[in-house]
Amino acid sequence: MKIAVPVKFVPDLVEELTIDAGGAALDTSWLRLIINEFDDHAVEQAILLKERGGGEVTVIAAEAEGVDDFLFTAAAKGADHLIKLTGDFSGGMNSHAAARALADLFKEIQPDLILTGVQAHNDLDGSVGSLLAEYLGMPYVGYVAGVTSANGSVIARKEYPGGIIAEMEVKLPAVLGIQAAEQPPRYVAYNKIRQVMGTSKIEERAIASLDSNGGATVSRMSKPEPAQRATLIEGSPEEVANQLIGIFKELGVM
Amino acid sequence: MSQDIFVVIEHLRGGVADISYVMLAAARSLAQGTGGQVVAVLLGKDAQKLAGDLAADKVLYGDSPALAEFTSEAYQIALAKLIEEKSPRAVLFGHTTIGADVAGGLSAKLSLPLVSSVRTLTSDAKFISQICGGKIMAEGDLPSPTALVTMVPGGTKTEEGQSAQSPAIETFAAPALDNLRVALKKYIEPEAGDVDIAKEQFLVSVGRGIQLKDNIEMAKELAAALGAQVSASRPIVDQGWLPTSRLVGKSGKRVKPKVYLALGISGAPEHVEGMGESDTIIAVNTDPNAPIFNVAKYGTTADLLELVPALIEKAKQAV
Repeated sequence: MKIAVPVKFVPDLVEELTIDAGGAALDTSWLRLIINEFDDHAVEQAILLKERGGGEVTVIAAEAEGVDDFLFTAAAKGADHLIKLTGDFSGGMNSHAAARALADLFKEIQPDLILTGVQAHNDLDGSVGSLLAEYLGMPYVGYVAGVTSANGSVIARKEYPGGIIAEMEVKLPAVLGIQAAEQPPRYVAYNKIRQVMGTSKIEERAIASLDSNGGATVSRMSKPEPAQRATLIEGSPEEVANQLIGIFKELGVM
Repeated sequence: MSQDIFVVIEHLRGGVADISYVMLAAARSLAQGTGGQVVAVLLGKDAQKLAGDLAADKVLYGDSPALAEFTSEAYQIALAKLIEEKSPRAVLFGHTTIGADVAGGLSAKLSLPLVSSVRTLTSDAKFISQICGGKIMAEGDLPSPTALVTMVPGGTKTEEGQSAQSPAIETFAAPALDNLRVALKKYIEPEAGDVDIAKEQFLVSVGRGIQLKDNIEMAKELAAALGAQVSASRPIVDQGWLPTSRLVGKSGKRVKPKVYLALGISGAPEHVEGMGESDTIIAVNTDPNAPIFNVAKYGTTADLLELVPALIEKAKQAV
């Protein structure tokens, strides 16, 4: 089975986000990018499927700082092919543009199964996977946590609120939006990644132009103005602990 | 094209999801500006009864055996035909395991614009989306001609989308739904046997800020000392550090305890969806900009790895 995993890098939410002078976009000059965590799970799920049933895994990412390291790490985990999309992405790439660019690539590679993160926190025009499926004429199931392959189909475990799981049978070729892999993304030692850097190669594919039609134009970005703001408790850990115990008692839970 | 606002009603296993009512309320404010009607779109098999309390001007109901249970493909085919025929001003979907599975495909199939994670729709046809884990609001004009929108909760109250009067139901013919490539095999119930965190009055909830698996023990010890139960946000469950039965949020349980002590939880919208209605939320997070402080009544930026041991000690003394 040929499995393809398109991944995306997103702003690291641990860092403070700032809005640029234009007021309608994030200031990217100091923005630290990390792998979209759902995409990281999609890579893990692809490797698990390969380990269980054989096949080839291709991981695809648009160029950005840190992308080469991520791709080599994926290879160290077991990915067979690495592809980096190159081009002028300075104006940003929305989900529609990414899905169209990937659809062109996949028409050529013809994967049986495409796994990608169910969403990214900065998606504003839907998720790449759901759009990509339609551009390729494939079915899509999202919020998947667990995939097994069976005779031209896969069984996808789709999550619903309240811990209910729906087992969906999906005919291949198909696109699945991954919420979580069956196990946490594995750790690979750095020396193994270094080894892979010597033997694996990242294939570059130039994207001539992006077509972002289908998204919305943002006229203003802001930080949310809270309806309320927590009353801050300050002091040493012991002092804070004392105050919290007082609050618990007052609220009648102790 | 019409000025109507369509709302795709979400239901699962015989119950209408709260997001449906949230969307109906949002659709009402948008329709006040466009001058159109609020139209609930209900798909199912013998599911008319679910329309009873929808605050809509009318309900368009499509019935088919293939729509008895949600599958993305059948919903997408049925909705594509309806949207093409009626050309409403906007179609609202939940930004959920149901709505988000369908909206993207429809955008690509019908070449219609899509705006996701929308929290508010205004009467002058603007959207306000909540992105970047709730840290950024992005607003703009609702695109034309028909805007597909996926909505997150929080902008309007559930009750505002409910009505004592049953709306008129108009049936539409669902298209042929043959040779489908997605089929529901079965539902799997959550594992029983563990405590039901939805019924607990005091939760000690852990998030990514707990850092290491070993630190979970510390949170459990604190919960035991306080007479509380341990719950968690998504990353903790995905790591396998706590079972799914302890998950709070969009894909887990919705909890409403008297006290929700959030340890190292950032407060992403997906999490707040599951605990925002707690009586008192107390947040412990070293990041003063974490969105959790916007829903918490009390907060501290103390390091939880120092605070929790101190709390355990004080709690033991207090008993």
